Amino acid sequence: MPFFVQLAHHFLPETILAVGVMVLILIGAWRGERGFSLVDEIAVGILGLALVTIALSSTPDTSVFDGAYIDDGFSRFMKALTLIGAIASILMSVDWLQRNGLEKFEYPVLIILSTLGMLLLISADNLIALYLGLELMSLALYVMAAFARDDGQSSEAGLKYFVLGALSSGMMLYGASLLYGFAGTVSFAGIAAVVSTSAPIGVIFGLVFVLAALAFKMSAAPFHMWTPDVYQGAPTPVTAFFASAAKMAAVAITARIVVTAFPGVKDQWRQIVVFISIASMLLGSFAAIGQENIKRLMAYSSIGHMGFALIGLAAGDEAGVRGVAIYLTIYLIMTLGTFAAILAMRVQGRYVENVSDLAGLSRTNGWMAFFLAMLMFSLAGIPPLAGFFAKYYVLLAAVDAGLFGLAVIGVLASAVAAYYYLRVVKVMYFDEPAPAFDRAPMAVRAVLAVSTLALLGFWVYPTPVMDAAAAAAKSLF
Amino acid sequence: MFGFGILSGVTFLPLVGVAFLLTQKGDDETSLKNIRWATLATTIATFVLSLVVWSRFDTASAAFQFVEEKNWLGSGLVYKMGVDGFSMPFVLLTTFLMPFAILASWDSVQKRVKEYMIAFLVLETLMVGVFCALDLVLFYLFFEGGLIPMFLIIGIWGGKRRVYASFKFFLYTLVGSLLMLVAILAMYGKAGTTDIAVLLKTDFPKEMQTWLWLAFFASFAVKMPMWPVHTWLPDAHVEAPTAGSVILAAILLKMGGYGFIRFSLPMFPDASTNFAPLIYALSVIAIVYTSLVALVQEDIKKLIAYSSVAHMGYVTMGLFTLNPQGMQGAIFQMISHGFVSGALFLCVGVIYDRMHTREIAAYGGLVNRMPIYAFVFMLFTLANVGLPGTTGFIGEFLSLTGAFQANSWVALIATSGVVLSAAYALYLYRRVIFGALEKASLMSITDLTPREIAIFAPLVLITIYYGVQPQPILSATQASVDNLIQTHTALIDAIKLAAAGH
Repeated sequence: MPFFVQLAHHFLPETILAVGVMVLILIGAWRGERGFSLVDEIAVGILGLALVTIALSSTPDTSVFDGAYIDDGFSRFMKALTLIGAIASILMSVDWLQRNGLEKFEYPVLIILSTLGMLLLISADNLIALYLGLELMSLALYVMAAFARDDGQSSEAGLKYFVLGALSSGMMLYGASLLYGFAGTVSFAGIAAVVSTSAPIGVIFGLVFVLAALAFKMSAAPFHMWTPDVYQGAPTPVTAFFASAAKMAAVAITARIVVTAFPGVKDQWRQIVVFISIASMLLGSFAAIGQENIKRLMAYSSIGHMGFALIGLAAGDEAGVRGVAIYLTIYLIMTLGTFAAILAMRVQGRYVENVSDLAGLSRTNGWMAFFLAMLMFSLAGIPPLAGFFAKYYVLLAAVDAGLFGLAVIGVLASAVAAYYYLRVVKVMYFDEPAPAFDRAPMAVRAVLAVSTLALLGFWVYPTPVMDAAAAAAKSLF
Repeated sequence: MFGFGILSGVTFLPLVGVAFLLTQKGDDETSLKNIRWATLATTIATFVLSLVVWSRFDTASAAFQFVEEKNWLGSGLVYKMGVDGFSMPFVLLTTFLMPFAILASWDSVQKRVKEYMIAFLVLETLMVGVFCALDLVLFYLFFEGGLIPMFLIIGIWGGKRRVYASFKFFLYTLVGSLLMLVAILAMYGKAGTTDIAVLLKTDFPKEMQTWLWLAFFASFAVKMPMWPVHTWLPDAHVEAPTAGSVILAAILLKMGGYGFIRFSLPMFPDASTNFAPLIYALSVIAIVYTSLVALVQEDIKKLIAYSSVAHMGYVTMGLFTLNPQGMQGAIFQMISHGFVSGALFLCVGVIYDRMHTREIAAYGGLVNRMPIYAFVFMLFTLANVGLPGTTGFIGEFLSLTGAFQANSWVALIATSGVVLSAAYALYLYRRVIFGALEKASLMSITDLTPREIAIFAPLVLITIYYGVQPQPILSATQASVDNLIQTHTALIDAIKLAAAGH
């Protein structure tokens, strides 16, 4: 296939982002500080355009660029989620950035760059493309974590994230080199062919290193240490982006690599995934109990949710990956909604972040309290909210695969987690009111309302998500 | 309507009321009045609609009736509703009691009235849904969803320790239910569907039955509640507002018993037989122990809450006897307890609204100022004790008869509970109603208002009517009970035969 045909048919979203980001840099350089609004709006347009091309694309699964890159149903599904996360993050951040004097054009540029990295990562079909995507994503994320450069916490978050991130990149490279050394190839399909019959010990070692690095990126225990500090220290809209889009890409590539490159050693990687899953769920449930800062609470909550998503992966079959896809979709909606609510927490022009600041919200701002309460119940997995269905499908896959122990630990962990989600509801509904919040900007309110209504109404018409997730999972096997 | 049947109508009609309430803005007297009347009208309309279902219900059949089925989530999950002899009485009980719960909150709830009414209407939808659902996941959806409104009702409109009580209620129930969820998934894996009608005909392997039974038991035992996981109930009852206690005692507790009848007994017959001694043991402990605990309570609501636990002991005991008397008695006991305990909590609500205390010691000699109240309270106290002529007698007598056939020792100990319940109930009655009217605060207490009389009159009539004439309820459940026992006996015989063959 000629290069430009490949580009136009299977690499169009990435091309749009790559070209778009360069144009944006030019605009930004030209207009300087005044360029923020323009760049921001164009950035949303570019991401939206990429999303539309993915939605309209219906090409059969194709491997392009000499097997470095794959365009299949699974990648399209995950890319759509990532782009939705990126778009919502940009929309929600405008007001926050302006109020904090951070309306710099680099912000949308960095978001697009890291989104581009995520798309590359999701579609990577060999180890080199994987590393390329991973680094493009991460480097932009490091800078974004430190975006409020005059703020000590933000700089600290950026540095911490960078140092630990560099360590994980090192592990990734070490693992990749072991895989290449023992399998003699970097392509996933090639590795799969080598390990289909017997797995050299070096491959297993390489697999462990690669999985450790990926667990770091998705902030799964025991590689989660950076998460609470970075989530708390980074500017809130950046945290929203970390928690939504970045997770999609990291889980997607983890699913892809274990399913397509290591189907022959399923029992080996399943142990690792089960361990990471259990550790994350337990840590996420118990460590969040004492948190006062809501961003930190959400950090632990996200660790727990990653553990839950990995239950589906541990099943290791098509139903499991479908469960993961559904889980990520619903998790994305819940995260965006919750961070929209956090971005609406502003008292007399000052942003606040403590759970106690939400006290009595049901009386000062009934709708916001209702939306946030529904988000919390959904995060806790209480039916009929969508969060329940997310858990339902991963647990279903796990039980079908005979992983009863994992399923039971999972549900018990989610019962513990329910405690701290309920605490947020309790603070909003049962406590005496704290000072009322200022009126939130339109975009934040819209994200909050739309995501909550999507969660509330999911059970009425779940078919589109279910079908798309099933198709995505199918393409991976 | 819209391709849905009448059961969906009964289930979701309260949500129509919610939609109307959402359009109401403002806190002035007129809109509060609108909100209250609209809620009452919705619950009454739901009750009328459920009576229509009842009038068309064929009591001679053990099959599911009014079945409606829609494709829902794909891969075996369907939206399927239907009722049989087991669920029909509970649907009626729910829709019948809701208007009373609303009336009981008429004056006592003054803050955030709109949210309160919305929470109750949503709760009604979820409760009716539990009894109508014929798909296991759909059942779970309604079963668990009910936690959200109840959590808010206790937490927002409850008493002093409402936060503690609401968390305890939520988390206890959640842990049990989540284990049931894993069992549901395992059943789906085995049968390939969550359609209850199909699952009822599925033979689960012996080993698997044991685990499934235990998982379902975890959920229903907490909900019921059975000793020793009953401790959330006194807290929740004490802190909940009156109407919350009524619904909790009268309907939410029945979901546990309903779950045993609908799932545990027919789907896991082998395990149910094996675990029956465990149930008997827990039941008699509940009956004796919680009755003794009730004797020493200082708080009226707490006393009634413990008495509920004791009465639920008769229910679990009766159900697992697996003979017609025991099961009929257990179901009747649940219905009767729905009326009687609901009414008792309403009685407490009456004096709580006037005095704002539930301490037994704060009352005494009420009969002098409140003769009508004293009569009503006496009637329900005696019904709670199981006086012949009230519904309480029929339920206790039948379940004890059943238990005597199954295991006379169990019946013997359980019967002592009847004496104990008379002791704590009459002791409570004497302390609150009789004696001299000495306390200054009680001197100006007023008797029942017309609204309160309107609440109690139907409950009094129904308690006596079904106490003298229990046949309508018994015949409604007859066919389903007989069917369950026949199937069960056949299955157990087959297993015995197979074992003998080896």
